[in-house]
Amino acid sequence: MGIDRREFLKGTGKFILLTSAAALAWDSLIAGRPEAAPNYNLQDHWWGFTIDIEKCIGCGSCVRACKTENDVLLEPYYFRTWVERYHVPKGDIEHPEVDSPNGGYDGFPPRYKPGDGSKNFFVPKLCNHCAHSPCTQVCPVGATFDSPDGVILVDKTYCIGCRYCVQACPYGCRFIDPRTMTVDKCSLCYHRITKGLTTACCETCPTGARMLGDLKNPKDPIHEFLRTHKVQVLKPQMATGAKAYYNGLDGSVR
Amino acid sequence: MESLIHGVEGFMYPNEIELQWSILIVLYPYITGLVAGAFILASLERVFKVEEVRPTYRLALLTALAFLLVAPLPLQLHLGHPERAFEMFLTPHTTSAMAMFGFVYLWYLMVVLVVEIWLDYRKEIVLMARRSTGVMRQMYRAMALWSDNISERSLQIDDKVGRFITIVGIPSAFLLHGYVGFIFGSVKANPWWSTTLMPVVFLFSAMVSGIALVMLVYMVASWRRGTPIDMRCLDTIARYLLYTFIIDFALEMLDLVHRIYEADESFKSLDFMVHTQLYVPHIVIQIVLGTILPIALLGLVQLVRLREGIRKGLYATAGLLTLIGIFAMRWNVVIGGQLFSKSFLGYTTYKLDFATREGLLPAIIFLILPFLILWVLVKLLPPWEREEPAA
Repeated sequence: MGIDRREFLKGTGKFILLTSAAALAWDSLIAGRPEAAPNYNLQDHWWGFTIDIEKCIGCGSCVRACKTENDVLLEPYYFRTWVERYHVPKGDIEHPEVDSPNGGYDGFPPRYKPGDGSKNFFVPKLCNHCAHSPCTQVCPVGATFDSPDGVILVDKTYCIGCRYCVQACPYGCRFIDPRTMTVDKCSLCYHRITKGLTTACCETCPTGARMLGDLKNPKDPIHEFLRTHKVQVLKPQMATGAKAYYNGLDGSVR
Repeated sequence: MESLIHGVEGFMYPNEIELQWSILIVLYPYITGLVAGAFILASLERVFKVEEVRPTYRLALLTALAFLLVAPLPLQLHLGHPERAFEMFLTPHTTSAMAMFGFVYLWYLMVVLVVEIWLDYRKEIVLMARRSTGVMRQMYRAMALWSDNISERSLQIDDKVGRFITIVGIPSAFLLHGYVGFIFGSVKANPWWSTTLMPVVFLFSAMVSGIALVMLVYMVASWRRGTPIDMRCLDTIARYLLYTFIIDFALEMLDLVHRIYEADESFKSLDFMVHTQLYVPHIVIQIVLGTILPIALLGLVQLVRLREGIRKGLYATAGLLTLIGIFAMRWNVVIGGQLFSKSFLGYTTYKLDFATREGLLPAIIFLILPFLILWVLVKLLPPWEREEPAA
């Protein structure tokens, strides 16, 4: 009835292997499957974004759509996208007055009188999905990563919540979601764009000021837009390879 | 959170209103700096043969160990998911300064500090194992790794290896704290942090704070034990404190002058901050009380012949001011770097709670804890000059 050493080792080995296999299986069960996008090939896309400041009317539809679509907390400190209102008195681009009440979620109450010699416009902001993103660079565990199609994503099951990436983003596009204590940011509606849809913010923009573009698709209108408009990215001195291109970006915008 | 909005002046990006790194992250460079500084003081004796500081050699090593053990705790408490922290070692992201710091820390703790202390104490541990009985005997035997060999030859080897470890230890200590500086200095998005000088400034301020700490611990320990202070030792430590302090101050002033002269896009915003919210912690506490005053006190001793009692008083005052000043420096870097908007158009405020997860209370506990650990270490491994003859 005695168990010899060989049998014992065999049994223990099997037990350990099977337990870890079961643990792995359980993990993948818990994690769930990624949503199927059978016609989507990562290598065929390189996503960018265009924002036409001259078309933005500050209605805040994009902010509302984003919060609804992506289950972003409604408090005014958590935004995947937001809109800023710039007021540049007498062309003094060094000293703009900027506000963004509730991120533009409720639109903008009138504040400035027409004809006061100032320049006024809205600047929608979102993650720039930088080609050389400083946030990805600093993540200690690689929970935030560049997907091969040019989108900066976060693995929330892996993020340790150290907030280094929040510090590293020059544009203020990241925040910690207090429900999960992990970082959150614009995912470029990845669940939509991989199914051939556009982002929620582009979908709802009434003037077409925001446009998603696939830089790898030669037929995408983004190429025409970039060719025919004088575009600029935010904080070009940061050299982050930002892929959110602005038309009509004033020198006062930061 | 509601009150946060009211603490905002001008315009912040909406996600910036909440501060990300709290007082716990202030403690991290502070405590790590004390470790690096204490170790560098210890190596003065061992490597550079500054015999005068011999009485503090072991005390400095134990101090470094006590603080190093506490250093990662505030970081852990700050994490959103402390249970995932170990991923930093299992799947480190190689371009992340923070991930690589984990390895630098482990290297320093396990390879440098623990091995050096063990080698230095091995003979005593064996002797104590022989002398004691019961549980203590078992513990000391375990600490000696169940070796009983203290032959002349083995001690020679200990000494040789120990010296080698110290020599490796100096660049490691530099690395440890220079790296902490790099974690901040490499964030290009933040002009208050992003400077090449940051690792160097951190390093020298670390040395300053570590030396001041060991000096104070030595004075307090001597007073508690009722043994006279070796004034030759104390004078030497104070002199080294002065030298490193002057270098540290020069570097910080260089950074300041450079910023003022260049006056780049961030300057107006930072300048405003230093003259308002940061005025007391930066100008008053860090620069005047925490740097200029201790340098003046330490310098006075070099210029004028003073009685022993007065010198002790001056050293103690200068040491305390130094520790406060360097803490203020860490505060101004970490908290100050988050008070202004990256749009340079506004400012937020930092509200320090008391008994919350990232409040003042845990911070105070983390500052007391190393002294408790040090107390235990000193009981276990007395760092005082060998009084009894070897058995």
